[in-house]
Amino acid sequence: MTKQGVPIDFYIWLSAALFTIGVLGVLFRKNAIIVFMCIELMLNAVNLLMVAFSNYYSDGSGQVFVFFIMAVAAAEVAVGLAILTMTYRNTKTTDINVLNKLKW
Amino acid sequence: MTLNLFYFLSFLGVIFALLVVFSKNPVHSVLYLILTFFTIAGHYVLLKAEFLAVVHIIVYAGAIMVLFLYVLMMLNLNHESEPHKRNLVKIAACICSGLLLVVLVGSLKGTELMVNQSPELADIGAVKNLGRMLFNEFLLPFEITSILLLSAMVGSIMLASPKKTTQE
Repeated sequence: MTKQGVPIDFYIWLSAALFTIGVLGVLFRKNAIIVFMCIELMLNAVNLLMVAFSNYYSDGSGQVFVFFIMAVAAAEVAVGLAILTMTYRNTKTTDINVLNKLKW
Repeated sequence: MTLNLFYFLSFLGVIFALLVVFSKNPVHSVLYLILTFFTIAGHYVLLKAEFLAVVHIIVYAGAIMVLFLYVLMMLNLNHESEPHKRNLVKIAACICSGLLLVVLVGSLKGTELMVNQSPELADIGAVKNLGRMLFNEFLLPFEITSILLLSAMVGSIMLASPKKTTQE
């Protein structure tokens, strides 16, 4: 039980479901921007679980970690969208199946 | 009451997350993702992490998703122009993620959690306690985060600015 009466298991199931939906989106979609958004969804599932356990153990470190994860996600999105804009300028598409020059 | 709120927010969150994946229009995906983030912020409020809830809304819904929308508009992708994957690939994606869910649930089902419910420190999510922790134990990572953000800013400007000297 967390302090508010919700069992911690429920948060584990919810985070697992959100993480799986993020993985599904990465595998399912071809648009690179949507793939980025699904990665954000996975990060948020992990954040939610960290806050739940931070509440469960009455330890603030989990919430500080979530704070850092948010900063890293912001940096990642800025660089990733810059790379996408660059590739769109060169190839006129954001289809990830076209961007296969690094594939063996 | 709290349990009902939890069920409501979880249901909405999962539905919106599925709509992010399955909606055809990329702009609709972005808007559904913003709604998903709002439900997650609601969960943070339920877990007494008010500071994180506010920061989550400001950073994700305010900054990151606006950046996504801006790039979508700038690249003019706001129509259903996306070529779809073959059906075999889609079915394989569904099966893979379903198996991942089964593995996650199965591996976490039998775990025994340490029962360590220390009753002190009632509001760890308050700005005062969190800030004290951030500036005492986590001072070095906090400063390194500022360097990370600076380098990300420089890197994204360098990547996105058009090259000028490629013609010669």
